[in-house]
Amino acid sequence: MDVLIQQLFNGLTLGSVYSLVALGLTLVYGILHIPNFAHGALYMVGGYITLTMMTQAGLNYWIAIVVSCLVVGGLAVLMERLVFHPLRHAPAIHDKIAAIGIMLFLEALVQFIWGAEYQTMVSPYGQVVNVAGVTLTMQRLLIIVATVVVMIILYIFLKKTFTGATIIAMSQNRDGANLVGINTNRVAMLTFLVSGALAAIAVSLSAPINLVFPGMGHLVLTKAFVIIILGGMGSIPGAIVGGYILGFTEALGATYISNDYKDVIAFVILVLILTIKPNGLFAAKGGH
Amino acid sequence: MAGLLKQRNIIAVLIVFAIVFPFITNNNYFIHIMTLAFIWIIGVYGLNLLAGYTGYLSLAHAGFFAIGAYSLALLTTKAQMNYWLAFVLALIITSVLGMIIGLISLRTKEHFFAIYTLCVGYIIYLVIDKWDSLTGGVRGLIGIPAPGNIGPIEFNTPISNYYLVLFFLLITVLVVYRIVHSLTGRTYIAIRNSEDLAQTIGINTMKNKLMVFVISTFFAGLAGALYASFIRFIGPDIGYITITFDLLTYLIVGGIGTLSGPVIGTILIVWVSQQLQFLQDYRMMIFGPILTLLVIFYPRGISGGFIDWRAKRKEKKQNQLNLENQQMLSAQETSAASNKNG
Repeated sequence: MDVLIQQLFNGLTLGSVYSLVALGLTLVYGILHIPNFAHGALYMVGGYITLTMMTQAGLNYWIAIVVSCLVVGGLAVLMERLVFHPLRHAPAIHDKIAAIGIMLFLEALVQFIWGAEYQTMVSPYGQVVNVAGVTLTMQRLLIIVATVVVMIILYIFLKKTFTGATIIAMSQNRDGANLVGINTNRVAMLTFLVSGALAAIAVSLSAPINLVFPGMGHLVLTKAFVIIILGGMGSIPGAIVGGYILGFTEALGATYISNDYKDVIAFVILVLILTIKPNGLFAAKGGH
Repeated sequence: MAGLLKQRNIIAVLIVFAIVFPFITNNNYFIHIMTLAFIWIIGVYGLNLLAGYTGYLSLAHAGFFAIGAYSLALLTTKAQMNYWLAFVLALIITSVLGMIIGLISLRTKEHFFAIYTLCVGYIIYLVIDKWDSLTGGVRGLIGIPAPGNIGPIEFNTPISNYYLVLFFLLITVLVVYRIVHSLTGRTYIAIRNSEDLAQTIGINTMKNKLMVFVISTFFAGLAGALYASFIRFIGPDIGYITITFDLLTYLIVGGIGTLSGPVIGTILIVWVSQQLQFLQDYRMMIFGPILTLLVIFYPRGISGGFIDWRAKRKEKKQNQLNLENQQMLSAQETSAASNKNG
């Protein structure tokens, strides 16, 4: 029983991180209808920025996260301006390849600057606490709480502010949004900014319980794709729910099926879903 | 006709150059690099048929490459099979797996297809990596035999291996050439341009897509099998997504959807990488942005860019010719008119 509770808790932690990454991916998909293959690279860059800010600049963990959000968000905006915007009328295959190009570049750049070694990020929340017979680190607890806070902020931003509403409007109907005077270019940039910041938050929270290395974005990215297909491309609640579902499935699968094959689980789920429903589980209105 | 003749000459010169290359360099290392480049080209041709001509970007290509390599390696080392029997079986295994995966994955389109195949690629990689008892896990497989003798011909030297790979490469190019210039090839292009339209004019798109998917995996498997017996040891890394991205880079730089693209792109990048060896792991710092810039400005790569340039020049010439003709005609008319008057 203890094992089950422990694993459910692990699943919650995993799911939180997956949800945040998938949210960024789904926002961009909702706006531009492109699967951003460079999102995993943004996640990875975020990890290194936070790590460097903490170790080299000696900044506080939270300030480091803010810096990381700004840098990665800026990088994402730059990407939109320089790459995805010029490609907006190109065939669908082109922006995928362009995104892969950016991803390869960022990975090589990070490896050049920081080296290929696995690095550890030491967070100030390493203490172990005991809640109801389950031992857990403060960091894991922090991941869960911070994710919920970020989601609530995102929800308020999207639903209650005018700027947020423009994002929703554009994901529903780009031409319509243009007609009522929404500056679609600015909204696209804003979306990329939010998406990059979400990736930076996700990695900054999860890096202390994992490791930081140039290839760290690969698995996370593919799993985020699985999630947004699970939850409907472009759907925000879908990304959140899908993230937690995958988190729980993986945590339980690792215990009760096989630890070696836990990473395969996500892909098997996806393959099963797409085999049965080629357009994803919930063909979202926002997505094509 | 003159253009065709010229093209034919260029191809002949290239083939002759490829044949005499080992004697020109006499450097085993260069021969090794060239052989490896040829193996990649075979794989890139497979990717080109699917992504370039049919418009379906498969990110599981390295997975099929690995399946071909591992099939050959396992059949020769663990099952102690005759090399060429194992070689043929490896190709059959890859194609059959390709057909099964194609049947399912081709029900999806565009982004879904790319993501689906990305996941399939990961599954293949993870299975190879984790199935320790069969594939040797991260340690990989060693002691893969060199290609077996065909009659009196042995394949123990780098030069003989080079010719073997060149032979398969030429066959690959010939087959792809024949496919692209046949009705089947036109059908693939029709599907790329508009699948709905293709279906409307009575093309069985699923059948054609499945066929091109299987052909594509076949070439990936062929490249993999050749790789395994050329390098003689393999690890799970050959099935990792980075290999797919490498192949994609070769294809984009050379020219996606062109016949000469895979050859140009692969050989160019392999040699440039060779020259920039100090960069090794950082080479993507150069090739990554090149990939992105090419897609934005020259989506059809070097080869496609050249074809466009030539087409434009021809058009210009044609326009000029038309203009001159018109001028001449009008001059004649006026002179005829003046004659009448006079």
